[in-house]
Amino acid sequence: MDCTEFVELVTAYLDGGLSPADEQRVLAHLDLCDGCSTYLHQIRTTIAAIGELPADAAAPPSRDRLLQAFRRTR
Amino acid sequence: MDVPGDAELVARLRDRDEAAFVFVLEAWSPGMQRLARSFVSTPDSAAECVQDTWLAVIEGIDRFEGRAALRTWVYRILVNTAKRRGVREGRSVPWSSVADETGPTVDPARFRGPGEPFAGHWREFPARWPEPENATLAAELRQVVAEAIAELPERQRVVLTLRDIHGYDGAEVSSILEISPGYQRVLLHRARVHVRARIDVYHAKAETG
Repeated sequence: MDCTEFVELVTAYLDGGLSPADEQRVLAHLDLCDGCSTYLHQIRTTIAAIGELPADAAAPPSRDRLLQAFRRTR
Repeated sequence: MDVPGDAELVARLRDRDEAAFVFVLEAWSPGMQRLARSFVSTPDSAAECVQDTWLAVIEGIDRFEGRAALRTWVYRILVNTAKRRGVREGRSVPWSSVADETGPTVDPARFRGPGEPFAGHWREFPARWPEPENATLAAELRQVVAEAIAELPERQRVVLTLRDIHGYDGAEVSSILEISPGYQRVLLHRARVHVRARIDVYHAKAETG
């Protein structure tokens, strides 16, 4: 495996979506390649940073109005 | 209230059990609002999508056939509602823009070319990122990430939001968006790589001052 192939397989690898043979090739490549290990670490860091984004402040939907509608359709 | 199974939840909603309705409303609305925001231009507009979705769920629950999970079905209604609204607001770009979805995700110039020794390997390794040292930097980084997500083509943004913000697995996301699992992964990969690249630029700038 070369690095150009590795960088396209990162998401499939993290999803556990590779065939056992491809997963072995990825692991073998990571053992040898500091550049790709760094890249993988950065993708993981990116995913963590995305997950930490705060939500927009907006009022939640009006519970009373929806409950009224819920009762009405009985 | 314990988390009931789908069959029980659907039965209770059909019986107009208010506790069951409040349960799903409170559990799912915040995530729905966030997802709707991927399609429409303002937080208030996203809130209205969520409201409209719940009204459609109330209308449709008696016809729900249980072929998908309840949450998946609710999210599909949300996605369709928000998409229509996004189009009306003139925000939506066409759902598919193939140019954004093919070709290498990392600039080929970063790798040694054919004929060079170690062809296909990094010309120079990616520079390591520093750990965020203080709150100001962490806030700057959040801003960079938020902007990078806002720049994404809609499909990529929606998949990234569902996977990496909501934490849904690939199977549920492909089911909500009615796309193949493989395509879902292509979109997710491209979206993550884009955000990574923006973070990389941010650190490189910080490094050189």
